[in-house]
Amino acid sequence: MIETEELRFAYPSSPEVLLGIDLTINDGEFVAIMGENGAGKTTLVKTFNGLLMPTVGKVKVDGLDTREASVARLSRDVGLVFQNPDHQLFSETVKEELAFSLRNFGYDEETIQRRVTSILETLDLSRYAESSPFILSGGERKRVALAAVLVWNPKHIILDEPTIGQDYQQKDRLRNFIVQLNTQGKTVIIITHDVEFVAECKPRIVLLSRGKVIGDRPAEELLSDEPLLDKASLTRPQIGALMHELREFGLPESAIDVYSAQQAILHSLGRRK
Amino acid sequence: MSLKVFDGFKFAKLPTPIHNMDPRAKFIMTIGLFVAALLFSNIYALIVIFLIQLPIVYAAKTWRKWASSMRAGLLLATLIFVMNFVFGSTIVFSAAMTLRFLSLMSAFSLFFMTTSPDDLGLALEQAHVPYTLSFTFTTAVRLVPTMALDAQTVIDAQRSRGLELDKGNFMKRIRNYIPILIPLIVSAIRRSIELAEALESRGFGASPNRKPLIVLRMKSTDYLVGVATLLMLALAVYVYLFIPLPTPSIPITMPKIFPWL
Amino acid sequence: MSIIRADHLIFTYMGAPRPSIQNISLDISAGEFVVLTGPSGCGKTTICRCLNGLIPNFYSGDFSGELIVDGMNVKDHTTAELASHVGLVFQNPENQLFSLSIERDVAFGPENLGLSREETRKRVDWALGVTGIIDLKDKPPYELSGGQQQRAAIAAVLAMQPKVIVLDEPTSFLDPKSALEILEVISSINKRLRITIILVEHRLDIVSRHANRVIVMNESRIVLDGRPGEVYGEEARLIGIGLPRVTTLFQLLQKEGLRISQMPTTVDEAANQLRSMFTQ
Repeated sequence: MIETEELRFAYPSSPEVLLGIDLTINDGEFVAIMGENGAGKTTLVKTFNGLLMPTVGKVKVDGLDTREASVARLSRDVGLVFQNPDHQLFSETVKEELAFSLRNFGYDEETIQRRVTSILETLDLSRYAESSPFILSGGERKRVALAAVLVWNPKHIILDEPTIGQDYQQKDRLRNFIVQLNTQGKTVIIITHDVEFVAECKPRIVLLSRGKVIGDRPAEELLSDEPLLDKASLTRPQIGALMHELREFGLPESAIDVYSAQQAILHSLGRRK
Repeated sequence: MSLKVFDGFKFAKLPTPIHNMDPRAKFIMTIGLFVAALLFSNIYALIVIFLIQLPIVYAAKTWRKWASSMRAGLLLATLIFVMNFVFGSTIVFSAAMTLRFLSLMSAFSLFFMTTSPDDLGLALEQAHVPYTLSFTFTTAVRLVPTMALDAQTVIDAQRSRGLELDKGNFMKRIRNYIPILIPLIVSAIRRSIELAEALESRGFGASPNRKPLIVLRMKSTDYLVGVATLLMLALAVYVYLFIPLPTPSIPITMPKIFPWL
Repeated sequence: MSIIRADHLIFTYMGAPRPSIQNISLDISAGEFVVLTGPSGCGKTTICRCLNGLIPNFYSGDFSGELIVDGMNVKDHTTAELASHVGLVFQNPENQLFSLSIERDVAFGPENLGLSREETRKRVDWALGVTGIIDLKDKPPYELSGGQQQRAAIAAVLAMQPKVIVLDEPTSFLDPKSALEILEVISSINKRLRITIILVEHRLDIVSRHANRVIVMNESRIVLDGRPGEVYGEEARLIGIGLPRVTTLFQLLQKEGLRISQMPTTVDEAANQLRSMFTQ
């Protein structure tokens, strides 16, 4: 469980970025943190693994106050995948890249080899095991960065803007993968402004605007609250907008993905016939 | 490792007379301070050279940033002091050398904090430096704060993978910087390539006759500063050559326990 | 009148095992708004680079076939020469804007062309006006939001007064609201100034209402080319591009037996069709 209590944060000699955040994320939840650029999303998640310490208030990960643990200790439980893989990759081979964190955490060589091979397979990267990470394509590098964090099997996983620059199939694979992680009991937190992606996987949405939480509801509810979305520079998902246009016919605005909409429309038409 | 030292060289736009000064006049002023600081080894003269900068820092309203960069330079300054003292210089002389270093650092810090890289580029262009050269220089200056941010992100990312920069023996600590340096270099290269693509796409090099939209014009105050600096410099040289300056004697030197003393 | 004509274009990056684009033949008329889409790695960015001359000038490799843009054969001209005919706007605004004021960034292009100060001044003010950011002209890029930065990047390209503007996934880093706004800017440039637009995008749901033509690429070749409604069919879905959700919805409804007269690509089109279905 990740909890924040009246969390406030400001960089030295700068105005506050987080203005009092009270948040509880339970084990195994799937949460999307959304909001306009500069709302404080990345700053918030950096307090979860100790990279940033609250200036006021506290953050507790599984009961441990982040002030009382090092980033290395907290990272064992909270894996943070940064937005740009180029800020991480440095090894000669993908295998070495994945082994890096395990070596830092003190695992023995045999376990390291086992885990690396396993994660390579899970993320369909086995054929690149001996390749240099730098020659891979953008999408592949993003997968390597993800693998580099999953390899130590943290309980909570945070993905910062995982969908930027990805095509539809890559996003589809990502979505399925998140569902898989959730089924394994892992907490998954994504930072994103991709409304369509969120509409398809329907997480709990925590909406941030100018350092404050302005909304904390399931996707179906929050993505139909237009004034709230507008404050955070977001728009309705396309299907949601369609349902809104046709609300006079009794179509539910909570049907924000294609399948629910299909059901709702057929049901409504069937009733009318 | 403190990235704060970069703060003291980062330009921020403020409406002060120092910021508004023509970069060429500012440059002359900085060079004046530079020459004076190198000229003198006398502690009183160096104190004067250091103190002269303080009202300029005040006028430029950059107290905090200047102070933080001075603090960051303290490590090197202490090293200079210690090295001088250990190798046999008097305590006064070591202090003088330290002050010289701080004066130099302060002068250049002031210059870069109050001069936008764009204006720098214009100054170079108007001084008939080849455009490619002046552009390379100013782009490098502009990229310093960006690279500092990148460095911080890389450090964060690697720490999040369990990298502990403050642990281990000396060799291990050095090796720990490889996962920081390589992504930084790679990011810098990628950034440069993207920038180069953008520049090419906007006609960089299309015509040898660039006529920049904005032209630097020296105002009377700028000429005044230039002349004043030259006069001060002339005075300094006169003092150096003809006026013997007193040196306080504080009889503390390094005990002769080392063979080189 | 063709403003872009490609004939059997093939390009292989130096050292690459396979061509990035193969057998590309295109004919684009002046004033069109073309969306270029396809899965990652299909060759979209390579085509962008060919259009403004970065290929073969900046990126070397094996270049064969013909590409004529605004009457100029790209093989025979430098990127700098082509810059006043074709502009290219990139994904990340951060690495396109490098000055400390927007005004100077926008002036960069005309200055490079060696234009007089008066002409540069005129073009800068005009470009800032068209993109709606005149009041931001003295601000440094890092004080601007992502959407404002991209407007500045577009203004910087516009100041060269090209006939064609190519944009490579310009909304990638933008939030949904800014993405919609930037598309309005691009659309108005296309309609009012008659500038041909080539827009590379994955987010077909937001671009379809502006485009008159969609070209789909897959594995280095062009596989579909037509109006949005025509192109968003089963084949497109199988290639794996992200069709507008309303189109996918209607495809599902069609499979359930509903009679669809025309595949909608926008919310309005979909709403109108459903409304008439409901009120029958």
